[in-house]
Amino acid sequence: MAQLANFRLKGLLLLAIVVFALPLFISNPFHYGLATQIALIAGAVVGLNLLVGFAGQISLGHAGFFGLGAYFSGIMTSNYGWSAVPALLVGAVGVGLIAWVVGRPILRLKGHYLSMATLAVGFIIAIILNNERALTGGPDGMPVPSFDVFGWELSPFNQYSLLGVEISGDLAWYLFAGVVLLVAVWLAQNLIDSPIGRALRSVHGSEVAASVVGVDTAKYKSLVFVISAIYASVMGALYGHFQGFITPSVASFDFSILLITMVVLGGMGSTIGVIIGAVVLELLPQVLADFQEMEMVLFGLILMLTMIFMPKGLLPTAAGFWAKRRAQTAGGKA
Amino acid sequence: MTALVEVSNLSKDFGGVHAVEDVSFAVEAGQVYSVIGPNGAGKTTLFNLITGLYTPTGGEVKLNGEPTGKLQPNQLAERGMCRTFQQMQICMNMTAIENVMLGRHLTLKSNLLTTLFRLPALTRGETAARNKAAELMEFVGCGNYLDRDAAAMSYGALKRLEIARALAAEPKVILLDEPAAGLNAVETEALEALIRKIAEQGITVMLVEHDMKLVMGISDRLLVLNYGRVLAEGTPAQIRVNPDVIAAYLGG
Ligand SMILES: Nc1ncnc2c1ncn2[C@@H]1O[C@H](COP(=O)(O)OP(=O)(O)OP(=O)(O)O)[C@@H](O)[C@H]1O
Ligand SMILES: [Mg+2]
Repeated sequence: MAQLANFRLKGLLLLAIVVFALPLFISNPFHYGLATQIALIAGAVVGLNLLVGFAGQISLGHAGFFGLGAYFSGIMTSNYGWSAVPALLVGAVGVGLIAWVVGRPILRLKGHYLSMATLAVGFIIAIILNNERALTGGPDGMPVPSFDVFGWELSPFNQYSLLGVEISGDLAWYLFAGVVLLVAVWLAQNLIDSPIGRALRSVHGSEVAASVVGVDTAKYKSLVFVISAIYASVMGALYGHFQGFITPSVASFDFSILLITMVVLGGMGSTIGVIIGAVVLELLPQVLADFQEMEMVLFGLILMLTMIFMPKGLLPTAAGFWAKRRAQTAGGKA
Repeated sequence: MTALVEVSNLSKDFGGVHAVEDVSFAVEAGQVYSVIGPNGAGKTTLFNLITGLYTPTGGEVKLNGEPTGKLQPNQLAERGMCRTFQQMQICMNMTAIENVMLGRHLTLKSNLLTTLFRLPALTRGETAARNKAAELMEFVGCGNYLDRDAAAMSYGALKRLEIARALAAEPKVILLDEPAAGLNAVETEALEALIRKIAEQGITVMLVEHDMKLVMGISDRLLVLNYGRVLAEGTPAQIRVNPDVIAAYLGG
């Protein structure tokens, strides 16, 4: 635990440094926008990793919860005049409830059956968002008002002053998203290194072992499913307010697969690893703009290759490689 | 006096196989009670029935006089029953000490709020759990591996770790399924000493084991199974001279 705590703090500190140092290297609004988007999606991936990487369950429909959060907050703020914060929070509670209701029965399933069931959950949500035109604008999408904290508006197009320094709205949004990501990571790490976290991980490690020491495995599976859905919902809501416009693609199958690929690529069970996964997979399409059409094929390929050649994911594999190198050099000296 | 574990006419069929058939016996609190029998006799199946991993085809198990009926393994753990496995069940995605701390699950009352914000109440509980786990790892003889990844530990150390995890739950009765399997002579002797120490603490021990020297030396009573049925039951002295046992098992 002392070790784990140490490791945890190092990861968080490193992430904080990267988040706050990045504005020294980029300045154009497009880059800030991209960085903000990556931070918000990474937050959702950190939540999904709790379910997939730590508890060993799968969800191929997680974009559904992301989309529900985005649409709920969008609809309540634009149609009903709610402020964004309560819209986001109520949406998160609602999505948590939905996840609990659907999670209880489907989490009894294992392997492919669980994959199929979560896939179906994602599809159903996407279909509803597509069809409820009156509320959601259907496939054409809907505009979403800017984010506000009880009247104080956060918009990429405004100017702000932070501690006496003038900053652009893009930068302000980026910093906000960065802080949200740091909080998301901090909460996730606290959860993992706790009795609840051990119970979650034991469901992955050995369900029988967990049950004979008193862990109600069904309860913990539901719990982590709900928590990861809430992560997705909150990040989805912020994402919608940031983009200013959402379409059902935020709840699509493609996006669910992208989220899972980020977890697998970065390293299941490594909080910092999956953030790297999110960064890589969000940047890739920017670099390979010509591949637009082939995006899904590319992600599928990455998913497959990672599972075959790097089942632990990028960061854990690199860390293991590094540790081995160090042990070898140390052994050489001795 | 009611028995701590009372098994009555317990049966379990797998398709056509009668893995356990009409088995009855009682274990008094504080005893070391062993179950022996040839491979495939139904020992593990019996343990799986007692600990709620299997539902019986017939008969019942009482723990402290209470029928365990449809109680799940985790509910039986709450009532003081814990076990290890012939096919070791270790969480390889955790460190050694975390595996043992998992055993403290029931004694750690934690809620989501103290957890997410890592409030002092949580840290206090964790520190206490860690200390207790470290103490138990010392007790079973893997005190050197506290923060080792479970996946990097030797087979023998993992077997002891599994016992430490079960003990961490502070059970009234602990069921050990072939704890000596795969251990060398020295390790087996250490295991025997460990089981004695566990029993001295007042914990009832149920043991499945093939090592006759170990079993005969340590047990208060023995149950001999053969093809799922009870062949004999009694003290080691009685079992040693039982003609059925000699014919079917010890002599063979
Ligand atoms: N889950 C199961 N499904 C079908 N048959 C089973 C199952 N578990 C056990 N059996 C069968 O029940 C019988 C008893 O098996 P069990 O594992 O209880 O024996 P055992 O006494 O523990 O043997 P060993 O000394 O080899 O561990 C065997 O014939 C076995 O094949
Ligand atoms: Mg067995």
